[in-house]
Amino acid sequence: MPIKEDNKITADTFLDGIWKENPVFVMLLGMCPVLAVTNSVSNALAMGLATTFVLLCSSSLISLLRHLIPKEVRIATYIVIIATFVTITDYVIQAVSLELYNALGAFIQLIVVNCMILGRAEAYACKHHLLKTIVNSLGMGLGFTFALLCLGSVRELLGNGSLLGYAIFGDSFQPWVVMVLPPGGFIVLGTWLLLFNWLKERKINNEKNSSNTFANDKGVA
Amino acid sequence: MPVDSVSFIFLNAFLINNFVLAMFLGLCPFLGVSGKLNTAWSMGLATSLVMLISSLSAYFINELLVYFQIEFLRLICYIAVIASAVQLVEMSMKKFSPSLFKALGIFLPLITTNCAILGLALFQTNKNYDLAQSLAYSTGAGAGFILAIMLMAGLREKLELANVPNTSQGAAISLMLAGILSLIFMGFAGLGG
Amino acid sequence: MSQDHSPQRASSLSMIITLGVVAMLSGLLVVLTWQLTLAPIQENQRIMIEKAIFQVIPEATQRRTYQIKNNSLTPYDSHKSNAGKNRKNNSALLFYAAYDDRGQLKGIAAEAAAQGYADMVRLLYGYDPQCQCIRGFSVIKMTETPGLGDKILTDQAFLANFSALDARLDKAHNTLAHRIVTVKHGSKKQAWEIDAISGATITSKAVGKAINQGAEQLLPRLYPYLSQLQTLNASATKPSHNKKGTVINHAD
Repeated sequence: MPIKEDNKITADTFLDGIWKENPVFVMLLGMCPVLAVTNSVSNALAMGLATTFVLLCSSSLISLLRHLIPKEVRIATYIVIIATFVTITDYVIQAVSLELYNALGAFIQLIVVNCMILGRAEAYACKHHLLKTIVNSLGMGLGFTFALLCLGSVRELLGNGSLLGYAIFGDSFQPWVVMVLPPGGFIVLGTWLLLFNWLKERKINNEKNSSNTFANDKGVA
Repeated sequence: MPVDSVSFIFLNAFLINNFVLAMFLGLCPFLGVSGKLNTAWSMGLATSLVMLISSLSAYFINELLVYFQIEFLRLICYIAVIASAVQLVEMSMKKFSPSLFKALGIFLPLITTNCAILGLALFQTNKNYDLAQSLAYSTGAGAGFILAIMLMAGLREKLELANVPNTSQGAAISLMLAGILSLIFMGFAGLGG
Repeated sequence: MSQDHSPQRASSLSMIITLGVVAMLSGLLVVLTWQLTLAPIQENQRIMIEKAIFQVIPEATQRRTYQIKNNSLTPYDSHKSNAGKNRKNNSALLFYAAYDDRGQLKGIAAEAAAQGYADMVRLLYGYDPQCQCIRGFSVIKMTETPGLGDKILTDQAFLANFSALDARLDKAHNTLAHRIVTVKHGSKKQAWEIDAISGATITSKAVGKAINQGAEQLLPRLYPYLSQLQTLNASATKPSHNKKGTVINHAD
């Protein structure tokens, strides 16, 4: 089956990942790190950037090799490539800051099994040329980082009364500790999804209403 | 209870640090395959089986890696082992229990990208567990996974009958449920203190 | 365009070649990164452990690492022993002897761990041989509840427990004279008791348990060597490697 390649890079190639196909809020991919390391903004940012780096590198390599990899062993090849870049990230983070490494724990290594990365390799990188893949995975990675930051900032703000480690509310604020604990992760993500669903629903309703009035106007005329 | 006793490790992985609800591992199947009780049961069982096999293999592989001082290849080796363990379970199930194989269907290959399994292998290495401890850890984690996914499936079956507002249907309400379950599991923390 | 793509069914040979090439490539990349980052990582680890040591023994400016194994005291060479890092080594007790500028022993630091609320609390405690007491601790790794469990680092009343926590040995020097225990908030009466933080009792208890376990294990075995360790020059077995690296000015 010949694969059709659409070589045009549009703004959507980049923006899809950030909004319309946001890996976390829309596609619900890679949930484990999303919930586990978002108890503070700095952790969320580090995790997001690490994932973006791995996604970018592995997607570009897969895109480069896409004609050379036999279909039967493609998943194995992808996983090896992803694991390589994750190991590299793991060591680089250790070299840069051990504190950060300890905060993120094993979740750096668990980027390997982030379904988003394998999903992008399978669904996008093996079908598109290098430049387009880079643009798209950059968008996806930033979308992922954006989602992590959304969660991280809410959780740190409510659970610790601070943002990026700087106290926001002052001493009188009684931190809402449960927000930085595991249950808070589930609840905050659930609330974000609720918000997006509500926005989407409202938009659809608005469109429906306006088209209805339009139809009515026509009918009257 | 001493912290490195087998029974404590089991309890720790089963309840206190439940892989799904306290450590956020294996969320994809937890949210994706928890719609019905019987599929959840099969998924939990298959995952536990793979956990056990890959934990055992990871233990021996780690011994080998340490012996040759090539620990930096750990991640790549583990993921390869897990992928083959999943294949192994799939093939042996096909041969010995075709009915179970049919029931699990597409869920089996998906286990490879379940972070609970890689997480288990990595954690047991980080914690320097010996063979018996690794076994206790993996059975505990497997049992914990089954418990979590079954609880969730039971709740979601009831949820079908409930009148949930349109906006919060699907993933949003499931996450809220998971949050409440996780709150409950927080009560187990400190059990070993 | 179609000849660019692999044929419908690739031969086993091409599969093996692809996998082999990819594996080689990845191996090469990983080894390269490992080689490049090894030095900074070890440096980071050294800085972290030294920071912790100088925090629990503030007077110290330099340290030596020793181990007690098979009833003998030997300097511990972290470079040589790296290979066995992941092996269980129950018989060897590792500790750090901290000295001031003039080479006088200021304290002993050692690692200890106990189960806390969520996971293991790993800490480093500082032992002062002169007053035979614990002078402080520093957390190496913990995942305790932020805002509750991590009060053990900030709660002034709790930290005051460690101004001179009694860790005397009994007459026979076989074990601690009194077990170090964590007691309920506000009920500390003895010098070997730790007053728990209310609201973080389990974590406070973990600190007490870790220090008690660690001290009970290390101190009796350390006792015979204390005089030997008293000054830096007198210590018969001086590690010859990385001497320059371990002498760090505390003023930074």
